[in-house]
Amino acid sequence: MDKFTVHRGVAVPLLRINIDTDAIIPSREMKHVSKTGLGDGLFAGWRYLEPNGRTPNPEFVLNQPPYAGASILLAGANFGCGSSREHAVWALKEYGFRAIVAPTFGAIFYNNCIRNGLLPVVLPEAAIQHLSCEPVTGSLTIDLERCVLVSPGGTEYLFEIQAAHREMLLEGLDPVALTLKLEDRIAAFQQRDRTQRPWIYLDQPNTASQNPLA
Amino acid sequence: MTTPISLFDKLWEQHVVADLDGEASLLHIDRIFLHERTGSVALQTLEADGHRVRHPELAFCTMDHIVDTLPNRSDETRVPGGKAFIQTTRDTTRRAGIRLYDVNDPQQGIVHVISPEQGIVLPGATVVCPDSHTCTQGALGALAWGIGSSDAEHALATQTLRVLKPRSMRVSFDGALAPAVTAKDMILWLIGRYTTSGAAGHVVEFAGSTVRNLTVEARLTLCNMAVEFSAFTGIIAPDNAVFEYLLGRPFAPKGALWERAVESWRTLRTDDGATFDREILVESGMIAPMVTWGTSPQHTTAIDTAVPDPQLETDTHTRLAMERALAYMDLKPGQRLDTVTIDAAFIGSCTNSRLSDLRAAAQLLRGRRVAAGVKAICVPGSTQIKRDAEAEGLDRVFQEAGFEWRESGCSMCFFAGGESFGFRQRVASTTNRNFESRQGPETRTHLASPITVAASAVAGRLADPRKLLGGSHG
Repeated sequence: MDKFTVHRGVAVPLLRINIDTDAIIPSREMKHVSKTGLGDGLFAGWRYLEPNGRTPNPEFVLNQPPYAGASILLAGANFGCGSSREHAVWALKEYGFRAIVAPTFGAIFYNNCIRNGLLPVVLPEAAIQHLSCEPVTGSLTIDLERCVLVSPGGTEYLFEIQAAHREMLLEGLDPVALTLKLEDRIAAFQQRDRTQRPWIYLDQPNTASQNPLA
Repeated sequence: MTTPISLFDKLWEQHVVADLDGEASLLHIDRIFLHERTGSVALQTLEADGHRVRHPELAFCTMDHIVDTLPNRSDETRVPGGKAFIQTTRDTTRRAGIRLYDVNDPQQGIVHVISPEQGIVLPGATVVCPDSHTCTQGALGALAWGIGSSDAEHALATQTLRVLKPRSMRVSFDGALAPAVTAKDMILWLIGRYTTSGAAGHVVEFAGSTVRNLTVEARLTLCNMAVEFSAFTGIIAPDNAVFEYLLGRPFAPKGALWERAVESWRTLRTDDGATFDREILVESGMIAPMVTWGTSPQHTTAIDTAVPDPQLETDTHTRLAMERALAYMDLKPGQRLDTVTIDAAFIGSCTNSRLSDLRAAAQLLRGRRVAAGVKAICVPGSTQIKRDAEAEGLDRVFQEAGFEWRESGCSMCFFAGGESFGFRQRVASTTNRNFESRQGPETRTHLASPITVAASAVAGRLADPRKLLGGSHG
């Protein structure tokens, strides 16, 4: 997984509340069994003039010249609510975003960000409002080591992130590989649990008469 | 004296495999469900990374998100690239040894409908699926939540997940519901009152006399929209209604093991005196049949009231979102909801597609006709439900009223099957999300209960079901 330590980039404001994952990547844009090929479909319903078309809508903020190459998204509360589709995170990353700054996030989306090295930064609404008023020519700096975001004007905003998530991002860790090292613990849990809740384990006799694998 | 413990804490403690650094816990996952939209990519990546599925017998998969719902269906679908999702799902589940409810399997259906129907979800189990409405299954006393595809890979490879413990909330609904008010109206009311961020970071236990008196199917509807309330998930303590529901289902325990399981499940309740991080009390009697007017599930009001005025909203972002929603929905403040004409009606989805939902709608449709110009579609939540409904003649009631009667799947809920009611068409829908373009490009969605949608289909406008039921509906 991509590490995230320090990132410097242009921030683009999209300060609507409740931006859902259907808006981030409409289901019609998920065309392949793949984690790639999704960047063009990002915000497709807002970004293009017609459904399924690719003519840029000049009124949509991502299409405005000062924000070309933006890598930090400033958003409203509850960003990424709705569908669990991880394609939303893959689309944001493929487009070039490295961090999303919002007052709150949809819970599944937030986890998906952590799993893909896209940094979700929680800041109060007023701070995000201030940041969106900064001159667009400057760049924001986000330092995950220090948990601080620095505005183009030099104002520092401290943010909080759970230690487990911060470590995962800083080190670019693969959680599956980490957990597989705990095999002994998992096996011990299951051995104990099988005696307490045998009905959970469908490979045992009499648990599921119609289980074709029993 | 022992410390009183909440249902959520009991479920959590039973599944902790290890405490991890940074406050996370490694939780055992008892059941994994996949579907062809997000499960296919998880299984494909898992294979590519060289990981095996640790317990294929604890994983299940269904075809619901992309599959067509028209009669005589096959792998063909109008979803761009959809056939590849279906076939990759079939190939990867076969290689992994995972039970697949394939396109024409007699038990195929929407994941959160067939999991309870087959007895796959059980009280006290942890259940995950790369689908946000997995919270539905908390209705049976399971800790069930939606995850992304990467976490699905983790669960498949290790039978565990790394999870930070959410806070706890109890929402107690007390008292009898008014006529024609359903579980759908309860959850729409709650989200309308406390907003779509109301339960952010919390597991919500639904409790109180109203909830205890709901059928298991109605409880599934209530928990279904916990994610629209931003909850980690919703749960309801399992009781005799749940045990009776599960008895004899294919994957439920049998014989002596069943007796032992029920004895254990009876302890899955919040102890008297247990505390929550937050509590909400609701007098259920004041809830009316609800309908949404905007593009967020919190844009909700009683069917016999008017579209609210954004100018009265003090929070700037909320006001801007309301104005944007009214422009999208082509509605004006002060306009009565029950005067808004509709182009289409949809009964289906993991929220409201179970037999009791179809019966309630059919009761209202019997002897009536869908209004001229309204396209109406009913999609049963599972192939089993479709057969059961047909056995009692409900298919004829729907069809004689002018509804299409479809094969099971997610269908029009989100443009699944590549189908939409059309550009800027206005839909009364039993689904769970009224987001912009959720049901297709610029489709305008009004969420409501099955009886409100049925009444609206007949009236040709959003309609109060109490007027058609004559107050006889309990």
